[in-house]
Parts: sequence; C-alpha cells; structure tokens
Amino acid sequence: MNNIPSDLKYTKSHEWVRVSGDTATVGISDHAQAELTDVVFVELPEAGRKVKACEACAVVESVKTASDIYSPVSGEIVALNKPVTDNPALVNTEPYAGGWFFKIKLSNPAELNALLSPEDYKKQIGG
Amino acid sequence: MLKRTALFSAHQKLGAKLIDFGGWEMPVQYTSITDEHLAVRNAAGIFDISHMGEVTVSGAAAADFLNRVLTNDIRRLAPGEGQYTLMCNERSGVIDDLYAYRLSGEVFLLIINASRIEPDVAWLKSQSAEFPGRGELQLTDASHNYAAVAVQGPHVKEFINTGIPGASSSALRVNAVTDLKKNQIGGFQFENHSVLVSRTGYTGEDGFEIVGSDEAIRHVWDKILAVGQPFGIKPCGLGARDTLRTEVCYPLYGHELDENTTPIEAGVGFFVSLDKGEFNGHAILAAQNATSLKKKLVAFKMAEKSAPPRPHYPIWANGASVGIVTSGTQSPSLNLGIGLGYVPPEFAKRDTRIEIEIRGKRFAAVVVPKPILKKS
Repeated sequence: MNNIPSDLKYTKSHEWVRVSGDTATVGISDHAQAELTDVVFVELPEAGRKVKACEACAVVESVKTASDIYSPVSGEIVALNKPVTDNPALVNTEPYAGGWFFKIKLSNPAELNALLSPEDYKKQIGG
Repeated sequence: MLKRTALFSAHQKLGAKLIDFGGWEMPVQYTSITDEHLAVRNAAGIFDISHMGEVTVSGAAAADFLNRVLTNDIRRLAPGEGQYTLMCNERSGVIDDLYAYRLSGEVFLLIINASRIEPDVAWLKSQSAEFPGRGELQLTDASHNYAAVAVQGPHVKEFINTGIPGASSSALRVNAVTDLKKNQIGGFQFENHSVLVSRTGYTGEDGFEIVGSDEAIRHVWDKILAVGQPFGIKPCGLGARDTLRTEVCYPLYGHELDENTTPIEAGVGFFVSLDKGEFNGHAILAAQNATSLKKKLVAFKMAEKSAPPRPHYPIWANGASVGIVTSGTQSPSLNLGIGLGYVPPEFAKRDTRIEIEIRGKRFAAVVVPKPILKKS
C-alpha cells in the first residue's frame, strides 16, 4: 500500500511538493521509489539554477535505469539535499523525509494550483 | 501482443514487474534487482528462461553440418556434453551465441537467444539447403515445444536432487542431478515428465538449466521454489540476470555481439576452433587472430563517484572519443559502476585510464581484466 501524505501536492510524473512560505521542497513519491527500487545514484541541479515547471532538472538512477526528475514548479533552486547524494538509498527508505532532492523559491506560486491533490494522485496510480 | 511463457501466471502471482523483452512479456524483477542478484551470489535463485529458443539437429550428417556453421569444435562433445559456441555469417559477424549439446551420437540440441530465433532458423535452413550431406540431416525449430528455467547459486547443489530426484535415463547417465559436471546434460523423469537438466548458466555461479514441456516446467518451478525455500532461494528476473552476467563479463547478444562484430573482437576467441577444418567465417577469424583488430571488448570499473555507466555512453581516452559502452550498471556485488565496451586495441590493456561520458560530463574509469567479479 502506497503512502500518500495528505499535506503534500503531487505531479503526474510522481514528484511531491511541500510548500512552506514562498519555498517548495521536492522529492519523489513512495509509489515512484517502489517502482524504481534500489536507487543507487542521485544527480541534483546546481544551486542558483532557474528552472521552469516540468523541466528535467535532476536524475535518479536505479540498478536498471536512469530516470529524469521534473521540477513541479518554476523558480530558483535555493537548497540541495547533500545527504541524499551520499546515500541514495534514502530515496527508498524515507521518500518524504531524508529522501528529498531540492528546495525551490517559487517564481509563480499560482502554478501550485495545477498540481495534483493527494486524492487525485491516488487515483492516478490506481491506489 | 507480447508473447507469454508457460510461467506467466506464476510471475503475476509473485507480483513481478513485467517488461517487453524481445517481444516477450518477462519479469524484470520481483522485489529488487539487488536482492535477487545477491540471492544468486550468496544462496540461490530461479529464472524463467522459457523465451529462449531450442533447435534440434539430427542425422548422420548433423555433426559435420554443425561444425560447418558453428565456431567451436562439435567433435569434442561426447554424448551428454555441451559447449558454448557461436554462429557466424560469411563476414564472420556473429549471428548468435548459443549452447550446443550432443544428446546422443547423432542428435544435437541448440539453445539459442530468444531475439534470434527467426534469423537463426532462417540461416540454418539456408545453410543446410546448400550442405552436401543435407539428405542425412534433420533440422527442427522446437522453440514452441519447450519452456525452461535456470536455477543458479552456490546452495543449489544442496537441494536440486530433492527437486528433481533419481537417476537420468537419457543423454549422460548419472545417478543424480548433482553428478552432472559443468556443461554436462542428462535426461531425467520428473513427475512423469521428461526434462533435460544441464549444469550450465549465465550468472557465473554453479547451477543448472532445466528444459521441458510447458506443463513440466510449471511443476519444476513450483517444486524448486518449495525445496529451495529453506536455502534462501528467490525468483529472479531479467534485471538480476543482466547484472550477474555483466559482473562476470558474459556477452549478451545485441549488446556485445551482433552481425558486424566477430568473436575475436568480442573476446570469445577461445570458443573458435581454427584448426578443426573449414567453417563459416574461418578465413577472417584466422586473419584476425594474427593481425591487429579494429576494436576489442574491454571490461572497466568506474574510478570515481559517478552515475552508473549505461549502454551507448561514449568511452574517451587521451582526450578523444574512442569507443562505446555496450553494457553497464551499478554492480550489486561491488557497489560500483562497471561495464563492458568496445575500444581500439591500443586502449584495451589492463589498467588503461579511460573516461565514460555520462550526460555530457566525463568520469574516470579503468580497464580491468575479465571477469570483473572474481569468485573468492
């Protein structure tokens, strides 16, 4: 059974977003980590990079394959989760906590309205 | 519509993640590639290999014909023995790599790659039509008649005789499955079904491959999982099969081998018998043995922290792009990026510093002897 915390927003490409003020923290869902399994490498964007919503800006690699991570929103990358690059298994063990990827300063907060609610995301993954 | 093996519903029941593999709907993993990989290295694993093809070649001219179309010397095989071998075109490019077994004096079984069944059978048929001894040669694609599993790992010998009990009654006569030595094959009775059991595999571990009818193999699968359970057996998918074979540098058709690559370039010249007489590709292979090659397959390990190498990534040396990765992954045994790839021979020596280009950046790697993983 997939864990889908009710206080987060989601994307069709399985990222989650936690909003605090004008900053969003981004990671991938429990469902996504279960599909990937065995995350062995995480490549994060440079701090200060400006990204657009739906832009590929990080890569997660499992034993089998490399998968792009898309920024759910537009803005500037203001913080990176260094521990997850040292210990990529955090994506599997703590997808909503220690497994986060980056924080982004929102340039267009209205984009948050286009993200999926926990209920909609649950429907999308057939949960 | 993807083809399904006799074990498809067993995979579904186990919650396997299924993928399209050469037109077959096959399990890539059940729980995790790493867990399945380590089960095979440390205990035991069972794989569905029913997608692979089976061709029988029989008759008084069968051995001579096979020695003409395959690179290894089939005359070395006594009844009940098998060998790794390759089938080459006129340019000595590899049509397929396969296992050839002599089941009895004039009866041979070829186990071929799933993705190559059609080209292999077409080639064998066209070659046999031109073969002088064609009147004493029967060639049958029996791929639809057979399913198969591979049971691999250091603990397999402790339970395989419980799974498939009794003595063999055809091919090599032995008192028990574990009396088979590497590359030997015996025909056993399993719950009123005939199955062929060989001591072979594609993982670098001790183990057996079992071929039989769909119904026989469904029962074998359930039985082996049951008797292997106390020994830590896991059902294993194609993901682990790929990481296991990459660690021990076994080539995979479509990656290291294709119709434009010779066995010598691929580093499997050991299975080319140049002195056995004329065979397809002989002249070119003999010349390649003596002169320098254009490309050579090397094994490498990443020498700095990087994403895992993957097929098609460029290989750099001395500041130039010199080759291409054919297989690459994170090695679950070594916890390190490893791979295979083609480079010009001057960069193929062990300890040569190379670089792997990963998403536009280059990362240090080093050429290492094969196999990458050495058994302790």
